[in-house]
Amino acid sequence: MDKRISEKASAYPGSITFHDLIRKNKRDSVLLMVLMILLGVAIGAIIGGVIIPVGAGTYDSAKAATHDYARLADRDVMSDEFVQDSEDIAGRAKPTRVLGLDLSVFGDAAFYLPSLLLGAGVALVVAVMGAFWSYFQGANAILRMVHAQQITPELDPELFNVVDEMRLAAGLPMPKVYLIPESAMNAFATGRDPENGVVAITTGLRSKLNRDELQGVIAHEMAHIRHYDIRFSLLMATMVGLIVMACDIFLRMTFYTRAGRRSDSKGGGAAYIVVFIVAILLAIIAPLLAKLIQMAYSRKREYLADAGAVELTRNPMGLASALRKLAGDDEPLVDTANRGTAHMFIINPLRKMRRSHQNVSSLFCSHPPVEDRIARLMALNR
Amino acid sequence: MTGLWIFLGVFAVVAVVLVLYVIMVYNRLIRAGVEVDNGWAQIDVQLKRRYDLIPNLVETVKGYASHEKETLDAVISARAKAVQVHDASNTGAKEIGQAEGELTQALGRLMAVAEAYPDLKANTNFLSLQEELTSTENKIGFSRQHYNDTVARYEVGRTTFPANIVVGIFNFEKKEYFEVENEAEKAAPQVSFS
Repeated sequence: MDKRISEKASAYPGSITFHDLIRKNKRDSVLLMVLMILLGVAIGAIIGGVIIPVGAGTYDSAKAATHDYARLADRDVMSDEFVQDSEDIAGRAKPTRVLGLDLSVFGDAAFYLPSLLLGAGVALVVAVMGAFWSYFQGANAILRMVHAQQITPELDPELFNVVDEMRLAAGLPMPKVYLIPESAMNAFATGRDPENGVVAITTGLRSKLNRDELQGVIAHEMAHIRHYDIRFSLLMATMVGLIVMACDIFLRMTFYTRAGRRSDSKGGGAAYIVVFIVAILLAIIAPLLAKLIQMAYSRKREYLADAGAVELTRNPMGLASALRKLAGDDEPLVDTANRGTAHMFIINPLRKMRRSHQNVSSLFCSHPPVEDRIARLMALNR
Repeated sequence: MTGLWIFLGVFAVVAVVLVLYVIMVYNRLIRAGVEVDNGWAQIDVQLKRRYDLIPNLVETVKGYASHEKETLDAVISARAKAVQVHDASNTGAKEIGQAEGELTQALGRLMAVAEAYPDLKANTNFLSLQEELTSTENKIGFSRQHYNDTVARYEVGRTTFPANIVVGIFNFEKKEYFEVENEAEKAAPQVSFS
């Protein structure tokens, strides 16, 4: 492991500083955020573009109407035929209406649209409420879940002092400090802004670190708070959720349309198969792509927090040595962590995820390989 | 006639852009200045904390190592001088830095002396004072690091072109860096007793 790390470290230019790494990771994560927004816009555009042809019936009925009115124009206004034709036309035009909106442009899918819209509305409300809840209450919930105990200066003066030192280096208000009574080694930061910051560490990690290493770990967490990572990762998660939802609704809508009454229409069949295939591909690929971007973003923010920690401590070796100890620990955080909260921890708390990510940089990992993280820190120490 | 209107229009646009730029520069520097003052306030808290810790430490050490009078006296006089410099009005960051450097050196010698007394090192009161002092020195170091970063940001904003033209109008004062005059501390800024 040491040999690989020093090889990786020597790949970086000798003059590299934490300023360079901070700049690079900030730029990369902004790019990924933009990419996610573009993906969302693209999904919207594609869905919009496909739905309009789904309403191809509009074109047919428009053509028929033109024909009808042309015939009508030839009739004598007072004649019986005129009245008859007018009534025919009026009878044929029965647009589907929801809240006074003409939905006939959606073709037969319009038949199912009210329930689909209702479902989407409920899902949206739930998603937004969930985001709000985790924004304002997420910190408390996770702390209760892990039975975290708040630390006062009397209970653990060294831990409290180290946090105080790091928040001074960052120029932030003092966060709350919590100890998690678990033997697994891990730490995390949460809170929607620096005024509501929380830093938590397991007793397992606390007892195995010396002061410099503890400082490195706390500095990493303080960097997360300083970079508003809780807010941005929540934003990313919400965007992923919305993209998944949009694709799901689109897929269902396409199914209903296919199963609907249009099978009798001539020439529509081939077009619907194409739409159907596009929908399925989209519904499968887009959420996957969104997840990939989200994880890549998460890894960039981890690198950024590592570089930010060095900005605070000016001592890359403290965090490097702590990461080395963390890498050696194989105990997962039982009950505490799931995929939803994994990105908040200093090292991936899920055992199977960590196994795979120690050697290869998996695209679906929320954290970069520990070796690569240590190598970057070593590169800063030359 | 239209020529005049075009001229007036361009003039108005340029004037609005200029006024907005001046407001932007002004606000940015005010914010940076407030950050610098906050940074200094944080350092100040830690300096006072260290002044308060030292008499306790000296008393504790005296109980076990009373014949290290010279070292103890050096700490007491360095503290007295630092407090005096700190409390005197119109002393800049530079003078305070010098006095603090001397105090840090005297404390370092006291801690080195304490190493020779196993009984003292086993005293819980001494241990907690040692942790507090170590941490307070770290805190002074880290808040100084943050303070100097904010001063650097302020000075870059104040002196670079074209913002410095705006600065000339409003008279933004130069802010001093806080340097501690201590070669030993520069070499090893963080004391660890782990």
